[in-house]
Formats: sequence, structure tokens, C-alpha cells
Amino acid sequence: MTIASIRPYGGTPKDTEDKFHGNRILYVGWDRHLMFYAPICFCIPPSMAFADFVAGPLAQAFGDHPQWAQIDWTKANWLRSNQPFSPDGAKSLHDNGLGHKEVLRLQTPDLQGIGGCAI
Amino acid sequence: MSNVFIALQANEDSRPIVDAILADNPGAVLNEQPAMVKIDVPGRMTIRRSSVEARIGREFDLQEMQVNLISLSGHVDETDEEFTLSCER
Amino acid sequence: MDMNAKKKLGLKEKYALMTRNLGWETTYEPMDKVFPQMDYEGIRIHDWDKWEDPFRLTMDAYWKYQAEKEKKLYAIIDAYAQNNGHLNVTDARYINALKIFLSAVPSLEYNAHRGFARLGREMRGVGPQVACQMQAIDEIRHAQTQIHSLSNYNKFYNGFHDWKHMNDRVWYLSVPKSFFEDACTCGPFEFIIAIGFSFEYVLTNLVFMPFISGAAYNGDLGAMTFGFSAQSDEARHMTLGLEVIKFMLEQDPANLPIIQRWIDKWTWRGVRLLTIVAMLMDYMLPKRVMSWKEAWEVYFEENGMALFNDLARYGIKVPDCAALIKKEKDHISHQAWNAFYTAGMITNFHTWLPSEDEMNWLSSKYPDSFDKYYRPRFEYYRQREKEGKRFYNKTLPMLCQVCQIPMLFTEGDDPTLISYRQIEHKGDKYHFCSDHCQHIFEHEPEKYVEAWLPAHQIYQGNCFAEGADPTAPGFDPLKSVLDYWHLDFGRDNLDFEGSEDQKNFAAWRQQATTN
Repeated sequence: MTIASIRPYGGTPKDTEDKFHGNRILYVGWDRHLMFYAPICFCIPPSMAFADFVAGPLAQAFGDHPQWAQIDWTKANWLRSNQPFSPDGAKSLHDNGLGHKEVLRLQTPDLQGIGGCAI
Repeated sequence: MSNVFIALQANEDSRPIVDAILADNPGAVLNEQPAMVKIDVPGRMTIRRSSVEARIGREFDLQEMQVNLISLSGHVDETDEEFTLSCER
Repeated sequence: MDMNAKKKLGLKEKYALMTRNLGWETTYEPMDKVFPQMDYEGIRIHDWDKWEDPFRLTMDAYWKYQAEKEKKLYAIIDAYAQNNGHLNVTDARYINALKIFLSAVPSLEYNAHRGFARLGREMRGVGPQVACQMQAIDEIRHAQTQIHSLSNYNKFYNGFHDWKHMNDRVWYLSVPKSFFEDACTCGPFEFIIAIGFSFEYVLTNLVFMPFISGAAYNGDLGAMTFGFSAQSDEARHMTLGLEVIKFMLEQDPANLPIIQRWIDKWTWRGVRLLTIVAMLMDYMLPKRVMSWKEAWEVYFEENGMALFNDLARYGIKVPDCAALIKKEKDHISHQAWNAFYTAGMITNFHTWLPSEDEMNWLSSKYPDSFDKYYRPRFEYYRQREKEGKRFYNKTLPMLCQVCQIPMLFTEGDDPTLISYRQIEHKGDKYHFCSDHCQHIFEHEPEKYVEAWLPAHQIYQGNCFAEGADPTAPGFDPLKSVLDYWHLDFGRDNLDFEGSEDQKNFAAWRQQATTN
């Protein structure tokens, strides 16, 4: 359905990839760790290796949580757009198929937040 | 049946209006909250000019109520003599 | 008042003469050209004379009573200021609720003024024209009285200094700003459903009754007086909103699906916006009148639902979002405070943890949710504070494309999992907090792809201080963004504990009560 308007309406997207100076928006949420009140919005070069992203920006964002250091990465799962996703740490974000404004969810089944309370 | 309500500032101007509403509307429930009063009545509420005038001893224009009115619900019908709130028009 | 007034005309007669009879059929130009905005939304009106005027208020009476309200209001504001009333509020934490109010609400009132001024011109019927003109004047009065009342606090406390600048820029203030801009860019009929019906009739009671009654309870005569003075006008606005909806529904059956969609959309938009009011009531009033949940049950579930039942005979259904709203009422105030407490580095007000007493009150009001989900969170934060590690989230949040609120809402049936919704539109991904925000987008994607989302704007480089060079060595992006917002780090933001406001209030109160 198109918009009801008295003159033609532009509808120019404000957040297309070309506006982020070579970077892409990537959102990451850590399930059941609601000390982080919302998924985090990152702005990252698509050439960054996935492992570097986890060890760098992601660790910086989530590292203040005592369970971050306890994550057993062999048991952690990822969801991309709510579907299972198996990233290759050595490959870049782009080569892992992560486009602009992609959303990832990190699931750590053994770690359900402080005291198991989703904190 | 649903309630209609009116809320007025808790002050001297409102007191005779509240009294008139409670006297004229069987089933009216008075709810006093900080700085305001809310009156709920099932279905329909009528505020009569004559009832307010009987309490204040002077002529009263029902629109004077605007000054101390906080909120209301229901359909409004306003005449010189009565201000009515009802669930259905 | 009116002690000796001799009425020459009855109310209805006077109203007819001074309202309806002021209109005329134009002859130099066809009526359709004089009122060009009446058709494009698809609403069909056949007979404007069928409009019922519920309040028979004429302009002369309007000026008289409004002048009286203003005199009362300014008498109280003056007395409050002269008497150093700000030192009589229960607790200086409360003042932070007013910072949110000032940076969010007067701008909404001003936009409501603009919207209704436009409708006063665009509506083809004389009855709604006059009602919209009065409402336009009311709304600018609300903006002015709120600014005047709160300016007194700006003399003493931090964070009040640049509310209009912040309203246009600060991250979370894009929520109220975009809400109203969405309404103002609608056609006239949708605007009046959005603001006159969903916002005024269904929702503003929640802002101005329990919250303002709460302000009175907390010793804030300033907020009490502008709040009640504004709400006294709202009674007229609500009645107008309800009348408009009935009039449209009675005019043509083809109007029903259009109106239903607007009601669904704007009820949800309004409910999302009120998340912040829920937080104000449950967390920022030191003395509490009622919980958000209780207020919600009285004013939405009881009164709002009675209204929808009444509209059922026209074919209007309760909006689908009501089911999710019912589940969320146990959670949203806590989730919002969790967000602002942890984001306290980028807020224009102070945040704090609820005391043990306050947590017990919250447990009693939210027996099904507080102890299970939220008390452990606050206790963990308290433990961190004791260890000197007060938690601040230093990142930018992912936002919903429609309501622009950070994605902090959880699934209706699992309050431990964030609710993620996503679609693709013309090759780009868009994210939403809920099915209802997603549906709003899907209906008018052209509008919402243009959303100015603060997190993205910051990353695009549009929110740094004037003259800042992001490529310069040692450039601190957070500091530059705070400068752009005119937010003074360490004074306006961070925890209430240890703030300048806390120290000043304690010192001044002591001076006021001792020699």
C-alpha cells in the first residue's frame, strides 16, 4: 500500500550502506543477558575478520559482564535474522554473508545471566 | 454497564459541584486522590445547575466548571440546565 | 463570576449563532478548492451539518474561562517560586522526572498546536473548525505554561538548560519527537484520530491524572498546577476526539476500515510512547499514588475498553495490540528503568537504584514479575555499586524503525528474551520491536524508511559538536556527541548519588530549615 499524501512522496531511505563511510551497521544481542538493555548497534568495516570482531568491539561492549569471560565458544550458538548461523572466525564479516543492518543473536545455553536470572 | 467519570480539582469551587453530583446521581462513587476528586457513576451522570445553585446561594453557569475540571469520560451533552455524561449517545 | 449575568440567549441558541452561522458556502471559489485536504485520505463526508457539538462553548466564554485558568495558574506559580517551593518536594530525585517532562512534552504540545491550527483551517465543517481553533490555542498555552513553570527549576538544578535543543537531538527524545512528527505529516483526518482520539481520549488521562496527582503528592505545586490546568482543556479535546470518530463512522460505511487502521496504529504508537510515563510513575516519584499497572487498569482497561465497547456498534474492534499490551503491563516500567539506569552516561537527567523500601513497594504492586525478573537485576547492580563498579553501558542501542525506542521490549510470553522482528524492503533490512510496529511500517514503508534514527545518525557522522574533526588524533566520539547535545558530562548525567543536584538540594534545604 502506498502512502496517502497530497503530493508524490519521496521515500528515500536514510540509512543505506553508502552513508556509513565504508562501514556497515551490525546489531548484536546476547540472549538472556539483559544488563545490556537492548541489542548493540555497531558500525564496522565489512573486511574485519569475524574472530577479530568478537575479540575486539564485541568484547569491549560485553566484557564488563562477568559471564563474558566464561563463555565456552564451542558451545555458543549464533542466530542471524533469527535463523541458525555458523560463522567462520577467520573470514571477514562480508565473506560470512553479513550484509548491512544484519542482526546477530549470541546464545550461551550454559550461561543464562547472573544467577540464571537473565541479567 | 460501563462507568462514566468526572474529575475535578480538590478545592472550594469544586465542593458544591461534587456534593450536587453525589446527591443527584444514585450509585455515584467518590474517589479522593491527592489534589483531585474523581466521581464514577454507572451509565450516566447529570450535573444540575439548580442543585449547584441551591448549595452556593447564587446563580451558577455550568460552564464555570471548566475552570476546575480535570477530566471526564463519556458523551457530553450540555444545556443551560444540565451537563450530562453518558456511555451511549 | 456571573453573579448578575442576565442571559439573553439560551446556550444552544447562542452557540448556533456564534459558531454554525459564522460559516458560509463560498461562491468565488468552489468549496472543494477552498478545502483541498478533505479527500485524499479516502474519508467520505456527505453532510457536515450532522456534526454534533458536545461542548457548546463559544469564543467569548472560552476566553473568559481560559483567562481565569491562567490567573489561577500564575498565582500558584508565583507563590511557589517566591516561597522556594522547589525545596519542598519530597526528594531531589523527583526533579529528574521534570527534566524528562520538560525535554519531551512542551515540544509535543507545540506540535499539537501546529496540527490543530492547520485543522482549524482545513476542516470543512464550521463546528470542527471552531473546536480545532480553540484546541490550537489550548495547546500553545500548555507549552507556554509548562515552560514557565519549569523554568523556575532551571535556576537551581542541572539538565534543564537547553530542552528544545535536546528535544531535536538527544537519542531517546527522538521517540516523542518522531511520534508527533508522524502525526503532523498525516492528513487532517488521520491527525485528528491520532491526537484527538487515540492520544487525548485513550491515553492522556494516564499522563495528567495519576502522574500529576503524584506530582502534587510529592510537593510539586508547579507541576500540579500546569498539569491540571492543561488537563482541564483535555476534557474538551477528548470530547472532540470522540465526536470526530463517531461523525466519520456515521457519515459513510466505507470510512470504517480506514478508521480502524488508524485506531490500531495510533493506539499502539501511543502505548509505546507511554513507556516512559510508566517509568516516571513507578521509579521517579518518591511518594507514589498508584502503580503504572493500576493506572493502566483504571484508565485503559476500564475506561478505554468501555469506549471501544461503545464503538462496537459502528463495527470498530478493539485493536489487536490489546493482547500484547495486557502482557506487557507487568514489565515495561521496569524494562525502561533498566535501560535508563544503565544508559545513565548519555541521559540529560540522573538515575539511581530503587531503595529496599521502594523495591518492596514494587514487589507488592507487581507480584507476578518484580521479584522474579527485576529485583535480582537491581540487587546485582547494587552489589556492583558497592564494589565501586557502577555499571554504565557505553554502547549505542539498536532502535525500532517505527517507535524509535531501543529494542528493549521482550516477547509477550518470555520476559527474558528480547523481541526481534525484521523485514526486507527494496533490498534493505528494517527492524522492529514488535509485530505492531512492523505492521505500521509495512503499510507505509515510504514514510518510515526516512526515520532519523539517532544511533545511525551518530555513526553517519551527523551528530558531532560543531567544528569537530572526527579524523583528528585523540578524537573522542562520545564526548563530541554529548557536546552536540549540549549535555554537560558529570553535571547533567550519571548517577544521582554524588551529583551536584543532590548536594545543592541537601545544602539549601538545610539552610531553609535552620538558621
